[in-house]
Amino acid sequence: MSGPSTYEPKTGFEKWLDTRLPLIRFAKDTAIDFPTPKNLNYWYTFGAILAVCLVIQIITGIVLAMHYVPNTAMAFDSVERIMRDVDWGWLVRYIHANGASMFFLAVYMHIFRGLYYGSYKAPREVLWILGCVIYLLMMGTAFLGYVLPWGQMSYHGSSVITSLIGAIPVIGDTIKTYLQGGPAIGNATLNRFFSLHYLLPFIIAGVVILHVWALHVPGNNNPTGVSVKDVKKDTVSFHPYYTVKDLFAILVFLFIFAFFVFYAPNSLGHADNYIEANPLQTPAHIVPEWYLLPFYAILRAITFDLGPITAKLGGVIAMFGAIAVLFVVPWLDTSKVRSMRYRPLAKQFFVLFVAAFIGLGFAGANNPDDLIVAFGEDKLVVAYTDETGAAARSESFAEYHDAEHFIEGLDESAGASMEVVKSGFKWLWAAQFLTFFYFAYFLVILPILGIIEKPKPRPLSIADSVLGKHGQGSAGGTPVPGAANAAAPRDDA
Amino acid sequence: MSDAHITNHEEDGETRRDFIHIAAGAALAGAVGAVAWPFVKQLGPAADTRAASSAEVDVSKVPLGGEVRVLIGGKPFFVRHRTEKEIAEAEAVNISTLRDPQTDDERLVPKPDGELNRAILVTSGACTHLGCVPVGPGTNTGDYGGWFCPCHGSHYDTSGRIRKGPAPLNLPVPTYEYLSDTLIKISL
Amino acid sequence: MRIMKLLLVAAASLGLATAAHAAGGGKHPHGPEEGWTFEGFFGTFDQAQLQRGYKVYREVCAACHSMDLINFRNLGMKNGPFYDPDYPNPNDNPVVKALASSTAEVDIINQEDGSDTTRTRLTSDPFPAPFANDATARYANNGALPPDLSVIVKARSGGADYIYSLLVGYPTEEEMSTKYALLDTSNASQHYNPYFAGDVTPQWGGDPRHRHEGDESAHAYEMLPPGGFLAMSPPLFEDGVEFDDGTPASVHQMAEDVVTFLAWASEPKAQIRKQMGLVTLIYLFILAVLVFLSYKQIWRNVEH
Repeated sequence: MSGPSTYEPKTGFEKWLDTRLPLIRFAKDTAIDFPTPKNLNYWYTFGAILAVCLVIQIITGIVLAMHYVPNTAMAFDSVERIMRDVDWGWLVRYIHANGASMFFLAVYMHIFRGLYYGSYKAPREVLWILGCVIYLLMMGTAFLGYVLPWGQMSYHGSSVITSLIGAIPVIGDTIKTYLQGGPAIGNATLNRFFSLHYLLPFIIAGVVILHVWALHVPGNNNPTGVSVKDVKKDTVSFHPYYTVKDLFAILVFLFIFAFFVFYAPNSLGHADNYIEANPLQTPAHIVPEWYLLPFYAILRAITFDLGPITAKLGGVIAMFGAIAVLFVVPWLDTSKVRSMRYRPLAKQFFVLFVAAFIGLGFAGANNPDDLIVAFGEDKLVVAYTDETGAAARSESFAEYHDAEHFIEGLDESAGASMEVVKSGFKWLWAAQFLTFFYFAYFLVILPILGIIEKPKPRPLSIADSVLGKHGQGSAGGTPVPGAANAAAPRDDA
Repeated sequence: MSDAHITNHEEDGETRRDFIHIAAGAALAGAVGAVAWPFVKQLGPAADTRAASSAEVDVSKVPLGGEVRVLIGGKPFFVRHRTEKEIAEAEAVNISTLRDPQTDDERLVPKPDGELNRAILVTSGACTHLGCVPVGPGTNTGDYGGWFCPCHGSHYDTSGRIRKGPAPLNLPVPTYEYLSDTLIKISL
Repeated sequence: MRIMKLLLVAAASLGLATAAHAAGGGKHPHGPEEGWTFEGFFGTFDQAQLQRGYKVYREVCAACHSMDLINFRNLGMKNGPFYDPDYPNPNDNPVVKALASSTAEVDIINQEDGSDTTRTRLTSDPFPAPFANDATARYANNGALPPDLSVIVKARSGGADYIYSLLVGYPTEEEMSTKYALLDTSNASQHYNPYFAGDVTPQWGGDPRHRHEGDESAHAYEMLPPGGFLAMSPPLFEDGVEFDDGTPASVHQMAEDVVTFLAWASEPKAQIRKQMGLVTLIYLFILAVLVFLSYKQIWRNVEH
C-alpha cells in the first residue's frame, strides 16, 4: 500500500542527505504522505494515544530514576522524598503512576477495537502478534514497576506473582529462587526489578517500531474492513488529516489523564501501598492493579485439580493461556469478513465478551468467597456428633436463640459448634463462568461463527461506504450484488 | 492525495482558517513549553538539600596554627586559626602584585561587636582551578604558607589568596556570620 | 458525537475500577458534619486549623507516634501551618526555628573525641521520634507498634474520614453496655472501636452474623458488630489540649484539627496540586477546542 515514494529533495543539503541516509524521505513517506483510509473513526486514534503514553512513561520514568533509590532500606523514603522535597517531584511521580493506568486503559481500547474490526486478519497477522508482544511486555513492566515503591502491596503482590512461577513442576522452585535472587523477595529482587523496569520500556519502544512497520506494509484496516481499492478515492494523506485528528483525541485523553493526576491521583492505587513493606504482615486483601484484575480472576478461578494438574498449576496455565490465546486469534477466527459491522451474530458475542472481561475484572477485585447476591438471610449451622459419637450431624437455624437452645439441649460430648453459612452467588462462581466464556469465545465461538454466520452486505469500497452514509441515506451502505452470498469473491481481502 | 487537498486553498475565508491553525499551533507550543519547565526544575537541588546548606562551627575548637575542614552540602570549607606570624604575612602583602587583588581585611567578617577576628580565616576548600581540595597546615602549606593544591600546583597564601600556579582566583570566602564570639554559621 | 461515547466508556471503566477497590471490615467512616476544608476541586488548608492540629499532634499523638518524614522546615513551607510570607525560606522562619529547638535534642557524634553527644534540633531535622526503634516502641505498647503518621491519611482506605471516625468513634460506656454488651472486653490493653478495620468474631458472645449498619433494634444488638479491637486507647479527651486561639477543645474539634494536620502532612503539596490542576484542565480544554476547530477546518471537504 505504501506506493512509490513521492519525496523530491529540493535543497542541496536534502539531495546530499537523500543519497546517503534517506531520513527525510522515510519520514515523509511514513508520517506525512502515508495514505490512510478516510473513514477511520475515533477508535483508531488509540494508536497515537499509546505512542504518547509510552513517551510520557519513559520521560517521567527517567526523571524518577534520577531520584529513586533501589534499596529496601531507602526505596519507600526515596519515593516520599520525590513527593515532598524534589521540585515538581509530586507531579512527575503522579504522572508516572497514573500514566500506567492510562496506558492500559488505552491499550484495552486499542485491543478491543482490533478485535471488533478484525484488524488481526490477513494480511495483518504479524502486526497483531507484535501488538500482543507489546501488551505482554507492558504487563511485565507494570508489574516490575509496582514493586519499586516498596509498599505493602508492592511486596506482597510481587511475592504472590513470583510464587506462581513455583507452580511449574520440577524446575519451578529453582526459577523462582533465581528470579528473586534469594529465598524471598528482598534487596536483590528490588535491584533487579529496577534494572529490568528501566530496560523493558526501551524493548517495548523497539517492538513498537516493528509494529508500526508491520502496519505500514499492508496499511491501516478501517471500520468497513474493506481494503483500499483506489488510493485517490479511498484515502487521505496521514498529515494533516490524521495528525490533527489524532492530536485532538490525544488532548481529550490527556484531559482525563490530567483529571486523575491532579484530582484523584491515588484513586487507582491501593492505600496499603503507602505503608512500607513489612514481610511479616500480609495485607488482609491482596489485589493487583486494576488493569491486571481480569487475569487475576482467571488465576483464582481454577480451584480444582484436573488429573495431574494441581489447582495452583491449573490457575497459572489458565492465566497465561488467556494471554496466549490472543496470539492465535488470526487463525481462530474463521470468518472471511473482517469487520464485525457486517457480522450481526459476532457483534453480539463481542459485546458479551467485553462484558465478560469487565466482569472478570470485578471478580478479580472481590474476595472469591464473598457473595454477589445473597439468597435471603445467612443461616446458622450447628455441627455436632450423635450420642454414639460416631456420626457427624448438622442442623440449620434461622434464629440465633433456636440454635443456642439446640446446643444447650445437646450432650457435652456432642462437641457442638456453630458457624455462619451464607447462601448466595459467590464471586468465585462468576469468575469460573466468565473464565469459561472467555476461552469459549476464542476457541469455540469465533471458529464456529465464521462458518455458520451469514454476513450483511458490505460496501464495494471505502469511498462507497462514505458516500452511502452521507448520500441518499441508504442505511447499511450501498448493497453489493452477491455480497451477501458467502460464495461471492471476498471484497475485503 | 485526495481531491479535498486541492480545494483546500480555493475558498474564501482563508485568513480565518489560517488563524485557527496558527492559534492551535501556538497554544500547543505553549503547552509543550509549560510542561518542559517542571522537568527542568526537578534537576535543581531538592528542598532537603537546600535546607541542609548551612552549618555551625565553634571556632574556639580550632587549634592555633591548624584548621578544621567542614563539608556543607558536600562542599568543603576551611576554618583556619592563624598564628600572629601568618596574620602579619597576610597583611604585609602588596595587593597590587596579586592576581586577584584583595586585602586580608576584605576576606574577614566582623564579630557581633563589629571587630574583625583576624585569627580565624574561613574559605572555600575547593581550588579555583579545577576544584581539587588543597592540602594545608600539617601537610604542605606551599611556597606562601597557606595551602598547596597537589593537582596542578597552585599555591595560596595565609589569606587564601592565589599566589602561584594555574588557579585564576583566590579561595572564595563563603557567606558566614558570627552568631557569638566563638560560633560561626556558614551558608552556601 | 462518537467521541462522547468513547469518553463515557473510558470514564465508566475507570469509575468501576475505582469502586472495585472499596472494601473494609469497619463501620463506614464519615468526616465531620461540616466537611473538610481541603476536599474538592478548590480545597485549601486553613492555617489556624493546621496550627491547632499540630498542637494536638505534638501534645497528644507524638507521645507514641512518630512522623519520620516530616521535618520542622515543612511546617513553614507554603500552605503549611506556620507559613509566613516574610520568610519564603522556611529555614529562616523564627516560629519554626523555635518549635524545632524546643523539642528533644538530636543525637550526634562529637567530632573531637567520637563520644555521643546532642545538639539543638534545627529546622532541617525531622520531628523527634517517641521511641528509639521499633522494638522499643513495641515493648512500651504491649507488643503493638504505633504506626508512623507521616503518610497515614494516604495509607488508610477511607483516608481522613477513617482517621476522624476512629478518633471520635470509641463507644461510650453506655454504648458498651447496650450495643456492644456481648463483647468480651476482658483484655484491658485492647480497645473496641466500630470503625477499626478488623473483626470481633473471636470476642463476640452473640449471633455470629453481621449486624446491619443503622439497625438499632434490640435484635441487632445481638448480631456481630463491625470494627475491631486496637491497642490505642481513646486518645482525645475534652480540653486535653489548650488551643492558642481560644477554640474550645472538644473531642470533635481536636479530631478534626489533627486529621486536617495529618492530611496536610501526608501530602503537603496537595493544595498546589489542585491549583495547578485547574490551570492545566482549563488550558487543555481551550487547546482541545482550538485543535478541534483546526481539525474540522482541515476535514471540511472530505467525505468520511
